[in-house]
Amino acid sequence: METYKLLLKIIMTSVLVNNYVLSKFLGICPFLGVSKKLDQASGMGIAVIFVMLIATAATWPIQTYLLDPNGMGYLQTIVFILVIAALVQFVEIVLKKFLPSLHKSLGVYLPLITTNCAVLGVTINNITDGYNFLESMVSSLGCGLGFLLAMVIFAGVRERMEEADPPKAFRGIPITLAAASIVSMAFYGFGGIVTSLFGE
Amino acid sequence: MSPILLAIIIVTLIGFVCAAVLAVASHFMSVPVNETEAKVRECLPGANCGACGFTGCDGYAKALAEVPGTKTNLCVPGADAVAKKIAEVMGVEAEDVIEQVAFVRCSGDCFNRSERHIYKGIDSCAAAQMLYGGSGMCTQGCIGLGDCQKVCTQNAICIENGIAHVDTRKCLGCGLCAKACPNHLIELFPDVRRVVVVCSNHEKGAVVRGKCKAGCLGCGLCVRNCEQGAISLVNNLAVIDYDKCVGCGKCEEKCPVHAIKFADFSGGHRF
Repeated sequence: METYKLLLKIIMTSVLVNNYVLSKFLGICPFLGVSKKLDQASGMGIAVIFVMLIATAATWPIQTYLLDPNGMGYLQTIVFILVIAALVQFVEIVLKKFLPSLHKSLGVYLPLITTNCAVLGVTINNITDGYNFLESMVSSLGCGLGFLLAMVIFAGVRERMEEADPPKAFRGIPITLAAASIVSMAFYGFGGIVTSLFGE
Repeated sequence: MSPILLAIIIVTLIGFVCAAVLAVASHFMSVPVNETEAKVRECLPGANCGACGFTGCDGYAKALAEVPGTKTNLCVPGADAVAKKIAEVMGVEAEDVIEQVAFVRCSGDCFNRSERHIYKGIDSCAAAQMLYGGSGMCTQGCIGLGDCQKVCTQNAICIENGIAHVDTRKCLGCGLCAKACPNHLIELFPDVRRVVVVCSNHEKGAVVRGKCKAGCLGCGLCVRNCEQGAISLVNNLAVIDYDKCVGCGKCEEKCPVHAIKFADFSGGHRF
């Protein structure tokens, strides 16, 4: 029971409170770049969840069984970048061969995620938070879901913005950034929710 | 073992493992590329300009190989030579490509146009255009910061006296500049044409006059003097009907503000 509670707490924390895009400001590039349409935004979000999960599955063992025993924890960043990049390329090849339809729908997003800071951020934060393997995977799933949530919400906001008529100097990027900051502020409202629900 | 050596060994090892896995994977799981597609792709120039309407040369080659009925004459930069090669590969009859050139439909250089404010921002037309439509009085004219010049793969565009000029003899008609221009001033037209209206302002004559010395006033002198009846006024701007135009150049002589240009616009394919 305790384990389920802990895992649920991790998911709630990473989706709502420590949302990667809106609270930690990681992965802003796809957040602004591909949030114009709802279907693209959700496609990107699903691809990110997928990549975050496999990246964590690969990097957590490397950190725990290869780097830490040798006292090489400081190699974390460079090794993770290397592994994630190679992994995403590998997944792309596999998808292209065995699941061409999925490959087509993920399309250009998959290679784009290769160098996404949100993915690197998740893997590194899992280590610094001292999670075990299961907790790390759950945390990655939560972060991915949080990213998807932020993308979908913001896509909705942007679709409304297309119809709005802001002053000329605000059109395009300026109004988008202003809207992003307001959505981000809205997410601060979730600040105390996890401690209230689960206790400290 | 020294920690530096160990670190190097670990990173190298991981790199090699990744490389090996990727190499093996790409060898054993490669998806065979359609043979026609590869052959067609070789014929295409590889400019990835998108003038054909597909996402780059790879996209066009794929469409040609897989979608029956895709036209073989869509590659504008490659022109007749490429169309012929593609037709050979596909085993169909070659179709003629209409060679196009780009042309900036504005002549409001720094001698002609009046300025409204001084723009001191990033060096980009798109950015300047967002700030009240650019620094000039005329918001439908060339901003002159060279967004078109930056995207041109042929170095065919130069900025002179604050306005973009296309050297048609270098232009391959890919249309990248037309997409880059925030005011949509650049037009692509078949390079056999000899007469062009070089203004895009649709405002009334008196208003245009106050903004730019070279703007079309909509006076109608060209309309009255055209023997073929090929020119008409649409929204205070002269429009040439190229089906009727014979390229005599009379309209250029009569235009009081030189908003019609009569010249040889032969594109880069012919040289």
